[in-house]
Amino acid sequence: MSSRPPKSLLTYAVLYLIFLYAPVILLPLFAFNDSAIIALPLSGFTFHWFGLLWDTKALHEALYNSLLIAVVTAIGSTTLGIFAARAAARYEFPGKRGIVGFIMVPLVLPEIIVGVALIVVLIQLGLSLSAWTVIIGHVLICTPFSIAILQSAFNNMDRSLEEASMDLGESKIGTFFRVILPLVTPGIISSLLISFTISLDEFIIAFFLTGTDVTLPVYIWGQLRFPARLPAIMALGFLMVSLSFFLLLTAEYFRRRANRLTGNHTRSDNGIFQ
Amino acid sequence: MRQESPVGKGPATRWRKPRFMPSMSAGGWHGLALISPPFAYSLLMLAAPLLLVFLLSMWTQNYLDLDRTFTMANYREAASEKLYQVLMIRSVVISVIVTIVTVLLAYPIAYYIAFYGGKRKAMWLLLITIPFWTSYLIRVFLWKVILGYNGVLNGSLIGMGFIEEPLTFILYNANAVVITLAHAWAPFAILPIFVSISRIDTSLLEAARDLGDGPLRRFLRVTLPLSMPGVVAATLIVFIPTVGDYVTPRLLGGTDGLMIANMIQIQFGKANNAPLGSALAVSAMVIVASISITFVLLNRRFLRAKG
Repeated sequence: MSSRPPKSLLTYAVLYLIFLYAPVILLPLFAFNDSAIIALPLSGFTFHWFGLLWDTKALHEALYNSLLIAVVTAIGSTTLGIFAARAAARYEFPGKRGIVGFIMVPLVLPEIIVGVALIVVLIQLGLSLSAWTVIIGHVLICTPFSIAILQSAFNNMDRSLEEASMDLGESKIGTFFRVILPLVTPGIISSLLISFTISLDEFIIAFFLTGTDVTLPVYIWGQLRFPARLPAIMALGFLMVSLSFFLLLTAEYFRRRANRLTGNHTRSDNGIFQ
Repeated sequence: MRQESPVGKGPATRWRKPRFMPSMSAGGWHGLALISPPFAYSLLMLAAPLLLVFLLSMWTQNYLDLDRTFTMANYREAASEKLYQVLMIRSVVISVIVTIVTVLLAYPIAYYIAFYGGKRKAMWLLLITIPFWTSYLIRVFLWKVILGYNGVLNGSLIGMGFIEEPLTFILYNANAVVITLAHAWAPFAILPIFVSISRIDTSLLEAARDLGDGPLRRFLRVTLPLSMPGVVAATLIVFIPTVGDYVTPRLLGGTDGLMIANMIQIQFGKANNAPLGSALAVSAMVIVASISITFVLLNRRFLRAKG
């Protein structure tokens, strides 16, 4: 195709980007705005709302719960993801498509259904709600993402490196820990970061399963009803965007490095042997 | 090196495997063993709970006790009660509108990036995903700030002299829900469409041009049919989760914009009628699944008819 786009299409692209960025651009505006009301025009610059966040104890507890849940979720879903992705990338077995497909189902299930299903079980079993029940739900929805990321890492890995290690007398377990794992480490880090971010932001499952260990999104949800609390929530939102921006950029960096690490091996090996 | 399959070679063939054991290589067993932890987790934490939801939907709640005799009463109530009908139909209608709007808005952008993105394709895709790295709750709330009576949009439009009175049809109704959800799901529509358009062999477009097709006919007869897999994927990715969205209708929908997820939550919460909530959830899942399957089948048929 020609490299110069029609003017109408370019105009559309710009307008569309404005639509996409409209809400996010407001966030820093109101986070630093010296007014208790979230509306234009802006009045003055302030760090007051960030200071308020610093003094709110309930927020700190919610943040602690969310971080704990996100860390455990990231480790859990990445571990399950390693099993599934390795199996899917390396082996053929009966029912593979069905099993992998089934594990991926939470991707296309409305989250409220996951929340409902888990709360029904917990009530029937008579278990009390806590951070752990949220973790169970979050691992369920994060595992498909981990698998997707890790599968490409495992697929890109050069199989001959693994075979070489076995030929040189390394055991299966030794090969896994000393050859395979280091090669897919960037993929693992990327998977950890993505699951961490998803868990940190997830609301509806946490809303159903949280009990008294309120998570950050559930805390925010409670605050949205009180107009006086909103500027501080804007400041919080700004901090969270900055954090997830940083985390996802890091994840992207490792994902690319994973592709380079594993991809380059294949390419250079081919170059030498062919 | 390990051989993939020792079975089937040499004397081993004489040993006949029992019927119930499918012929499988050692690798197969390794694969199954490896996938069993995540598979078991999904069975235990997803399949079993969903099954229980299904069972619960046929039981009844008597204040604190659960009556475990099977009955279709909850489904009858879900189907006959006006409020539930309205919410269910509204959820599907809003979702369908959101899906159409999102996919239609996304298509030109995906087209633009795929054909004119050049070396900057990755940068464009990153630009599109960045706004979605914000907390979903806060993003939805910001739409409330934009669309409100004294909101950013009304303020700007009045400031620029386009309108004199604030627009009121854009908050606390279905319109607000559609706008917000169309925004929230934009990247999920753009990415699959982009992928399928990128895969189109441009020599086909050149052939069409050489054979005398104008730009419009080229688009309708080559680009659009070939990008349909992406459109179908985008449609399903947007449609299925939006039917069950809770946050947006609750924050922006007012009373005329509430959807079925809000009612499901009420049944599990305040109304304390988990069986009815389960029946509503199962009904919603069945409706969503049947619409999705019909859509896929119709689309397949349509494409086959086109040749």
